[in-house]
Amino acid sequence: MKRLEVPELAVVALIGVSGSGKSTFARQHFLPSEILSSDFFRGLVSDDENDQSATPDAFDALYYLLEKRLTRGRLTVVDATNVRPEDRKRIVEVARKHHCLAVAIVINTPERLCQERNQQRSDRNFGAHVVRRQSADLKKGLRGLEREGFRYVHVLSDTSDLQVERIPLWTNKKDQTGPFDIIGDLHGCAAELRLLLEQLGWQRYDLAEPEQPWGAECWRHPEGRRAIFVGDLVDRGPHVLDCLRIVRNMITAGYAFCVAGNHDVKLMRWLRGKKVQIKHGLEQSIAEIEPLPPAERNHLASFLDSLISHYVFDDGRLVVAHAGLKEAMHGRSSGAVREFCLYGETTGETDEFGLPIRHNWAAEYRGRATVVYGHTPVPAPEWLNSTVNIDTGAVFGGSLTALRYPEREFLAIPAARQYAEPIRPIAPVADARTSQQVNDDVLDLEDVTGERIIETRLHRTVTIQAENSIAALEVMSRYAVDPHWLIYLPPTMSPSETSARETYLEYPTETFNYFRKNGVERVVCQEKHMGSRAVVIVCRDADAAQERFGVKDGRSGICYTRSGRPFFPNPAEESAFIARVSEAVTLAGFWDELETTWLCLDCELMPWSAKARELLQRQYAPVGASGIASLEAAVHTLQLSPVAAHLVPAFERRLSRVRAYREAYRRYCWPVTSLSDYKLAPFHLLASEGAVHTDRSHRWHMDTLQRLAAADPGLFVATPYREVAVQDMEQVQAATEWWETLTGQGGEGMVVKPLAFIEKGPKGLVQPALKCRGREYLRIIYGPEYTADDQLPRLRQRSVAGKRSLAAREFALGVEALERFVSRAPLRRVHECVFGVLALESEPIDPRL
Amino acid sequence: MLLTISQTQTNDSENALDLGYLLHKNPANLNTVDLPFGVANVFYSEASEERCSAHLLLEINPVELVRGAQQLEQYVNDRPYVASSYLTVALGRIFGTALAGKCKKRPELVHAKLNLTAIVEVVRARGGAEVLTKLFEPLGYQVEATRLALDDRFPEWGESPYFRLCLSCTGTVHDLLTHLYVLLPVLDESKHYFVGEAEVDKLLRHGEGWLGRHPEQQLIISRYLKRRHSLMDQAVARLVEEARLLDESAEPGGDATAPEVAALAEQDLERPMTLHTHRLNQVAALLTTLQAKSVLDLGCGEGKLIRRLLADRRFEKVQGMDVSHRSLEIAAQRLHLETLAPRQRERIELIQGSLLYRDKRLEGFDAAALVEVIEHLDPARLIALERVLFEFARPRYILITTPNREYNVLFPTLPEGKFRHTDHRFEWTRAEFQDWATRMANRFGYSVRFEPVGPEDPQHGAPSQLAVFTQGVAK
Repeated sequence: MKRLEVPELAVVALIGVSGSGKSTFARQHFLPSEILSSDFFRGLVSDDENDQSATPDAFDALYYLLEKRLTRGRLTVVDATNVRPEDRKRIVEVARKHHCLAVAIVINTPERLCQERNQQRSDRNFGAHVVRRQSADLKKGLRGLEREGFRYVHVLSDTSDLQVERIPLWTNKKDQTGPFDIIGDLHGCAAELRLLLEQLGWQRYDLAEPEQPWGAECWRHPEGRRAIFVGDLVDRGPHVLDCLRIVRNMITAGYAFCVAGNHDVKLMRWLRGKKVQIKHGLEQSIAEIEPLPPAERNHLASFLDSLISHYVFDDGRLVVAHAGLKEAMHGRSSGAVREFCLYGETTGETDEFGLPIRHNWAAEYRGRATVVYGHTPVPAPEWLNSTVNIDTGAVFGGSLTALRYPEREFLAIPAARQYAEPIRPIAPVADARTSQQVNDDVLDLEDVTGERIIETRLHRTVTIQAENSIAALEVMSRYAVDPHWLIYLPPTMSPSETSARETYLEYPTETFNYFRKNGVERVVCQEKHMGSRAVVIVCRDADAAQERFGVKDGRSGICYTRSGRPFFPNPAEESAFIARVSEAVTLAGFWDELETTWLCLDCELMPWSAKARELLQRQYAPVGASGIASLEAAVHTLQLSPVAAHLVPAFERRLSRVRAYREAYRRYCWPVTSLSDYKLAPFHLLASEGAVHTDRSHRWHMDTLQRLAAADPGLFVATPYREVAVQDMEQVQAATEWWETLTGQGGEGMVVKPLAFIEKGPKGLVQPALKCRGREYLRIIYGPEYTADDQLPRLRQRSVAGKRSLAAREFALGVEALERFVSRAPLRRVHECVFGVLALESEPIDPRL
Repeated sequence: MLLTISQTQTNDSENALDLGYLLHKNPANLNTVDLPFGVANVFYSEASEERCSAHLLLEINPVELVRGAQQLEQYVNDRPYVASSYLTVALGRIFGTALAGKCKKRPELVHAKLNLTAIVEVVRARGGAEVLTKLFEPLGYQVEATRLALDDRFPEWGESPYFRLCLSCTGTVHDLLTHLYVLLPVLDESKHYFVGEAEVDKLLRHGEGWLGRHPEQQLIISRYLKRRHSLMDQAVARLVEEARLLDESAEPGGDATAPEVAALAEQDLERPMTLHTHRLNQVAALLTTLQAKSVLDLGCGEGKLIRRLLADRRFEKVQGMDVSHRSLEIAAQRLHLETLAPRQRERIELIQGSLLYRDKRLEGFDAAALVEVIEHLDPARLIALERVLFEFARPRYILITTPNREYNVLFPTLPEGKFRHTDHRFEWTRAEFQDWATRMANRFGYSVRFEPVGPEDPQHGAPSQLAVFTQGVAK
């Protein structure tokens, strides 16, 4: 059987006259979805596959689809006659635009046979002259296909007994999963390379049968690590040949990979006798190489020529290219891809040193793959949107850097001395912040709007609908704090199912039932404070805030509401508040204990009236005032009328309900004239440097946070709580009585959470918290008179399913945001999640739940 | 909610029990009426020849109240307790005969001027006691309004918007009911049903004979019709027409005519807009001078600048952006996007976006205008706007206007230290604005010049200020 090689990603042009058997061939060797047939598209646009007048429209539609497939990296077969060079030109152009290889497969069936086949087909009623002309066109173009831009040309006179084999692209090293040591630009710094390899744990050994000019020096790693060189092995430095030898031998031994650098290519061209300008350190390479015999120089040239533009490793998660690579070019091949890999993306302008100004592709990079590159010397390697430049200018007296992957650790060997003078000084950037932080000052609208699918660790994917993003954009832009600070938004919380007791909406029984049913053994019941939800971020000082959060506003912390709005309108008040929290954290010893310079706390800030005063003035208090006045007048008047007096008791009951309502909200209000009138009840220590503490039990959170209350009892309130084993009915009963006491005294109620913080049950994520609210408190939510006989039965018909789904998604997004922040992901990745929480909040859900 | 109507005998020829006939409700009975939204009870607390008091007590069905509610505040509200459109609908149903000015058994009573008192518990009056007086006194009532405390436990929260309203007059029951019917919803400023053209008819029918002469006519029309401009215009036009017909039949001379009243009202409406109009005209004229062909209106709001630019064909492309989706919907309506000729339609693009996010759709324009926009952003977030606008969108010209804080002292009603708009996050002096703008110009490679907007005060400058940025450094 004959093998026919086709690259795994390519545009395959089938070429052959009508009746040559192209479509049959395509069907035998490719998936139906991979084949775009001109006949089929003629049919799609005109209902008639043979309507030649539909050809232009058919091809427009065909090419539209072709481009969509190529953007997505899918091999595609164009099944049309393609006999004239102008037909094929467009195919080659599209392939080039998408950096895919163009493959020509010519089905060269004898003309006689084609004529016979066409005559047998009732739907092909064109004359013999058509096929004759096609045949002539085909023959004329056959020899020029490579010149036209087809990288693979197969001419088949017999299509039987044949197998199409998909071959991986040269750049595809996805099966290589590492671990890797990725090493920056060498430029002849062999001594530094040896030291670096040693430091990385590599061992030097001699090859048994050394070949010239490569010598015997080789290195291997006892743990099977592989090395990846980012190119520019040569020029400028003192030991160009040694570098070439070591790298080549490691590659040949299967221990290393190397991509081409611009200097490597230029040296190769010099070796091949091309005219190149001997400058930028090429002279050092020439000085070492010139004495070698021509055969050995040829070996060097072939080696350099074998270096390819870039590699894709580890199932697509790692890309290495000399000057970096934008996502649309990963794993692609074209002249443009090679140019990008060698030189980066330039704007066409030059700077005051005559060097090309580079377009900052990394600032716009949005890909999932980590891109490691070199080429432009920088003072230190810095992550930017999952890309990193590890050329730390060894040859210019900097250091030779290695990136350990997947560990993401850097290791650098300082250069023994400066071997060359940089054309442009390697200066640190003016801003004290990291490049990522400077880059994060501006977020891109494309990263938050439209329909978004966000992958989270806890809940697989969360979809944000475009219309919800619209609402969130306005809130985020007009009211929220600086996104640098906004690393978390708390999720909504579902109540327990409606109580079986007819006079209650919520009662602890159902709350405990939920967790029991979902296989949670231990829960924690926390008193629910009635204040305003507040996220408090506190840093050791303003420098720590700038260093970790990339803010330049001089704040050393912030306090914001559940929709991301600043809690304190007055900056002085905020900074005094943060300073006081910070003092308590210092007293409690958290900075050292958690090895952190910042903390993120999830809290309730009281009194309710502090943040909700406007709401109280505009809504809650007026309802009480008008209700009491109106009902008092009604009772009084009814009492005066003998015929209507029997209505008095009903109105008296209404009046007492509205009075109870007023008492309910009054409990959560007190005047705030200074900082000491606030009470802060933290209940989650969400995150600190390097850690999101959702893997710790609520017992840990409660115990730890109680120490803040001990440090500053004036500001902090320790949340009363109790643990309950939900199978133990005695404990459940005791907790229920506790709830009765709390709510009997006017408390809001309690929040019940799985002790382990995050629990997965048979149906996925268990609710991270359920609230069980008191009967009196609920007047504020369901209306003053909700307990009336004509209201409660109706209100009991409520469903918590939508609320729970929402709570689970928001919780997953919130935790994801923190995890991304802690792992130092670009801000847009964090922002995407908090933006998502805000967007989900605009989903229509009964707000009383 | 409770409405009490009392008649007091002033001389022997009167009988307070007549009230029962006029209201068509027997003082001896409890009248219970089921309404679509609740139950109304009518009863009397006293009924003698000297004094007779009828009460309308309305209870609203709680289900009705939460219909269509989406916000939490809609569930906890004062609707069951205050006199609102529910009460006036009930009034129309229960005292319909009296409201129509009829009385079957005693037709002669309809025109009788009686000593009447009406007490409403509770009314919500936007604008306070002053509004109550302004609305009822011109109609001949003696007004006694007692304001309710918001919450006596928290005096710092201030007063409530509620009153116990007591009106006394010598007049007909028909007039009293008519006035209450129209003016209670005007006080409350909210209606539980859709306000459409039928509402204009209703207003004019019940306002016949008094609305045209009422000094607060404009306020009544505007609030009764929920500030829907098209309906307000209709109502005013019809009132004016009625007045004209009346004028023609009446003697020449006399008080101010309805057309004069309407013209004054129009001026009142327009007066606060002049500065903004001036500002928009100045920006539009400048854009013409700069020969900008494509213009970005950033923070376009309801499209006032776009409408000006659209009128000039030299602007080939106008793209309005706003962060508020609702504003864009209104802009699309005001600009009649759906029915615009295709050639015109092609020139406009409305997009939702935010000046705090980089946006590729903003690239490649000749000019961008930000008319009274930056002061709506938190100062800390200006760093994002600066780069989004000057570095990434990078139009050739940028026009930015913002209030001049120095001028605020010249606004008599603006308390010191307050901003002109509650959503303003800052207001800059001329020096502050020029400092910022100059820094931006230097940082991003623009040159900048400044213009006053509005009439200039020698000491405090103009009310608003404009910076014109041009790409490239000035020669």
